[in-house]
Amino acid sequence: MQQINLLLASLPDGILLGFVYGVAAMGLTLIWGVMNVINLSHGPIISLGMFGTYIIFIKLGVNPYLGLFIVAPIGLLLGILIYTVAVHRVINAPHLSSLLATFSVNMIIIGLGTAAFTTSPYNVDFNMGSVTLGSTTLLGTRLIAALASVIATGSLYLFLYRTRPGKYIRAVANNRSAAELMGIPSSRILALSFGLGTMLAAISGALIATFFPFSILSGGGYELKSFVIGVLGGLGNPIGALVGGLALGVLEAIVPAFLETSWVPVIEFGLFILVLLVRPNGLFGAKQ
Amino acid sequence: MTNWQKHIGIIIPLLVIAGLMLYPTITGKAAARETAFTILKAIALASSLNILLGYTGYVSFGHIVFFGFGGYVGFYLLSSQGMSLWICILAGGVSSGVLAFLLGKAILRLRGAYFALATIGVNEAMRAFINNFDLFGGPTGITLNFKAYLAYGGAAKALEMAFYVVGGLAILAIILSYIIRTSKFGLGLLAIRENEDAAEVMGVFAPDAKTWAYVLSAIIPGMIGVLFFFKNGNVEPHDAFPLHASIELLVMVMLGGQGTVLGPILGAFAYQGMRGYLVTSDFFKDIQLSVSGALLLIIVLFIPAGAVGWLRQRFPILRRVLA
Repeated sequence: MQQINLLLASLPDGILLGFVYGVAAMGLTLIWGVMNVINLSHGPIISLGMFGTYIIFIKLGVNPYLGLFIVAPIGLLLGILIYTVAVHRVINAPHLSSLLATFSVNMIIIGLGTAAFTTSPYNVDFNMGSVTLGSTTLLGTRLIAALASVIATGSLYLFLYRTRPGKYIRAVANNRSAAELMGIPSSRILALSFGLGTMLAAISGALIATFFPFSILSGGGYELKSFVIGVLGGLGNPIGALVGGLALGVLEAIVPAFLETSWVPVIEFGLFILVLLVRPNGLFGAKQ
Repeated sequence: MTNWQKHIGIIIPLLVIAGLMLYPTITGKAAARETAFTILKAIALASSLNILLGYTGYVSFGHIVFFGFGGYVGFYLLSSQGMSLWICILAGGVSSGVLAFLLGKAILRLRGAYFALATIGVNEAMRAFINNFDLFGGPTGITLNFKAYLAYGGAAKALEMAFYVVGGLAILAIILSYIIRTSKFGLGLLAIRENEDAAEVMGVFAPDAKTWAYVLSAIIPGMIGVLFFFKNGNVEPHDAFPLHASIELLVMVMLGGQGTVLGPILGAFAYQGMRGYLVTSDFFKDIQLSVSGALLLIIVLFIPAGAVGWLRQRFPILRRVLA
């Protein structure tokens, strides 16, 4: 009975967090789906998103949710810059090259970030009240973050399926050379996709910063979570990432009711390896 | 061609190691031994990784898991069971080899980036598991009783001995790397790197060859792990499985030239040297990570074959000397 109460208390929270995790993973999996590059600079960009909220809210005094409209375009431009400088030259090289190229971007950002913000934790004290439903209490910041995540996912879906650049992205993801033959400027589309991926990472970081403390290094943990989610939902399937995010959020809420919290990563990464081996296209059967 | 000319490719690497092992005695400074220890450790680890990465073409992002796991097993035997260091080092190597064999059977079926992701998962899962494993001390790890050093003539002597042992292991790693590189087995691995399906058609039984490459690349990191924790006197999950150390190893191999015997040695040398310089320099110490990152980016973008690979492409005559 006690466990059920505990579950009822933690499950809604887990689900809300899952939406935010989903957005982070969506950025990673979008880039993988379009250009077969695993973006190892994903974590530091999430951290930059967190510091975006910090600067916008604490230093400039703007509401963090309005701040999303500043963080997002900066994330997009940063992604396009990273693609142009670091990724474009190695896009057709073996995987090791693109992994190391994005990792070097990771090092550059962490190095500059450490010089600017040090590695000590920051906290954005932002309160949106809370909602009580029976025995569970939901924090307002998490509710809004989940809502923003759903909106971000919906917009991405509309963009990919209803607009011309979105269709270009899907065409390039499907078959780059055929898309080029149809007159699609593939380099620009790849840069745009990379930018969208980093934009989603920055948005998720900005949302996480409203309810968790963070440092320049904390993006790394969310990057690892994004890998797990991406694999659960099917790498290269942005919408599957949201489902994978929910699955991870629920898992993180359920496991502590039965085992110690420190077992959560064991189960997460165990599941991750298992899914990679058994269903490399994701639990929910994304078609390649 | 006389016999030594045929094996000139191994002579240069061995000379480098010998120089490094003599360096502290020549300068007579204790700090020099510490520097040389770090470089020798990096050489041994990078050369081991090169067997999988350079020869077989599988990118492992979690190779440090063998360092940590072997180190933990050996260190546990050393501190809790009181076994001798030599047996513990062997045990560390064997346990890492067995782990690699079992893992290899499972995850080497994955190719390309999927394999790379799986190795990250293995490293993180192992770290999280050890964190909960009470036999190995959980999150606080194991600390060696200071008395254990008495069997090796006190702490100072033990540290000096550890230095020569790490040199020996580095030599072992290089000889292993050279033997594989010049053997038929190694040729099979190179074929897998170029095109796995074609290699299978040509009669290379890829699953076995890959698994053995994985095992061979895991044994020496396990032994190094035991030695390193013995030298430090304690082990914690956080120190044993640092994901960034795996990536540093990749950088070293790339820097020097993947798939060559000399490459990882040069890479380890250059990377550790550069890092040592950046961390201590007044101008760079705050942004040393960014500077390393920028250098790495330049190498990946413009010299993907690494230093040795570039020299071999540019000056064909060097191909005989630089294996």
